[in-house]
Amino acid sequence: MPPTLAPDGAATANGFLLVLAIVLPVAGVLLSFALAGRHAERIALVLMPAGLGVAVAIFTGVWRAGRPLLYIMGGWDPPLGLALRADGLSAAMLLTTAVVICAAGLFARAEFRAPRPGQPEARAPFVFWGFLLAVWAALNAVFLGNDLFNLYVALEILTFGAVPLVCLDGRAETLAAALRYLLFALLGSVLYLLGTALLYGAYGTLDIVLLSGRVRADAATLVAAALMTVGLLAKTALFPLHLWLPPAHAGAPAAASAVLSALVVKGSFFLIVRLWFDVMPGLLSQMAAQVLAALGAAAILFGSVLALRQARLKLLIAYSTVAQIGYLFLMFPLAAGGGSAAFGSVGAWTGGMLQAISHAFAKAAMFMAAGLITRALGHDRIAGLAGIGRTLPMTVFAFGLGGLSLMGVPPSGGFVAKWLLLTAAIDRGQWWWALVIVAGGMFTGGYVFRVLAPALTGPNDPLTLCAPVERHREALVLALALLSVLLGLLPLASFGILQIGRLNIPTGVLR
Amino acid sequence: MSAATVFGLCGAALVGLGLYGLVVHSEPLRKILAFNLLGGGVFLLFGVIARRGAAAGLGGDPVPQALIITGIVVAFSATALAVALVLRLFQETGRATLRSDAPVGARVTDTDS
Repeated sequence: MPPTLAPDGAATANGFLLVLAIVLPVAGVLLSFALAGRHAERIALVLMPAGLGVAVAIFTGVWRAGRPLLYIMGGWDPPLGLALRADGLSAAMLLTTAVVICAAGLFARAEFRAPRPGQPEARAPFVFWGFLLAVWAALNAVFLGNDLFNLYVALEILTFGAVPLVCLDGRAETLAAALRYLLFALLGSVLYLLGTALLYGAYGTLDIVLLSGRVRADAATLVAAALMTVGLLAKTALFPLHLWLPPAHAGAPAAASAVLSALVVKGSFFLIVRLWFDVMPGLLSQMAAQVLAALGAAAILFGSVLALRQARLKLLIAYSTVAQIGYLFLMFPLAAGGGSAAFGSVGAWTGGMLQAISHAFAKAAMFMAAGLITRALGHDRIAGLAGIGRTLPMTVFAFGLGGLSLMGVPPSGGFVAKWLLLTAAIDRGQWWWALVIVAGGMFTGGYVFRVLAPALTGPNDPLTLCAPVERHREALVLALALLSVLLGLLPLASFGILQIGRLNIPTGVLR
Repeated sequence: MSAATVFGLCGAALVGLGLYGLVVHSEPLRKILAFNLLGGGVFLLFGVIARRGAAAGLGGDPVPQALIITGIVVAFSATALAVALVLRLFQETGRATLRSDAPVGARVTDTDS
């Protein structure tokens, strides 16, 4: 069936929301520059509820209408013009992003307070608030973009926003981590751009909807797809291209680590999913999908073992991110090529995307909990955590809840995600991925226990803390951890929203 | 051999050289230069595609040319950011390498001015 220009119909009435989702944070960045760093915090705090409201409006809009929101920029239809498009998956990712960014912003207020009148202006608050908004704008552009070159620009803004967050404190270690991150990201983006050039040369359009109807399995397309995938893998930090991630994510301030680990790596993962399931669904051969999943399995085992061996809490959490990213790639062989095993297809796809969302909440909570623990103790050595469970019970509880979701213990978002992947693996007869999922869960249990065991033992006397820990920051961390658990209590059918507007929907329902 | 083929081959050669440099060299500055070489190759490829007129069979397709301009701006800012990081790293440590065998963090005082 040849797709029409815009298979979802003309631009939807509330399509302007999609523009707002990108324009609001960008306006915040520009205003911060124009009004100087003194106002950066206030601008960000005003924009956060507004941005969250827009994300909620887009989500409910897609949910109610049951079809994607579409906005044609300037009234020029693709391929001449550009479109913004929010399908169910974009809407869910937009909402996740807005929640995590708002939580990170509220959490960071204590550390990146704007200088009082009379005090000299500081660099760190200005950079943090400005670049937090830049990362938000870039992520929204990644989720809404419908043109492969637009997505390239969004990816680059995402990198440029994320790299300065890594080296906010300006120490040599974090500068080196940021530089290594940037070099990996640049290699990734230039490979992606090369793939884009080849696709344009072959099809004369970069619009995702138009491309999905035109792709053929010829040499140019396959080379382009391979280049783009490898480039995006470098940005997603899939094993063996993960080397930049642990120092970068562990060295950043807690709020920034939370955003980097929970959201920024998901931006490029989202594009891999777009590429293989929307742009060229027929081209993902079982062979290629098995390779992707094998890399994911290696990431799970390698990342978990290294997490078990870390002496520092933030590095442990960063290696756990390497492992959890691996799970995301197990969906490819299980969701590819719907056809006969349609349930495996929908279930695995939903499981993979749910893993991305529940990991975002859980990992943000864990990094923020680690930030509070580091602040209270003055260090983040795991061996020195004794007694912290008695002193900061809410924080340690939140860390544990996040850990449960990563392990896949019911009821939690992580459990539903891993369960869907597990059942899909068995349904498709690919039992080896089921083994990896179970083994990964046990390893995760091991490294979470390594933190909780010393934290929950120790002397009865309260510890003397280096710095007081505010109650509301603890509550914020707990709220994020609870969100990742609550995802597991939603009825399975409600994840059907993720299917809205998929360009190549396999038949079949979630059970 | 048409002009488009020659330029296309040049672009491919630049991409290959850049990729080789990016993988082989360990000094960040060389990596940044290699990235620019690689980027140049990609832009040349876009130029060839524009000349061929991919979209509507027109003689010169303006879309890839617009993409090149955007791409050059992005590559320029990326280079500036990377060079700024290398400079800052040099000011902090007195070295501009990422080699992991020499532990980073030993602050050399005489480079602070």
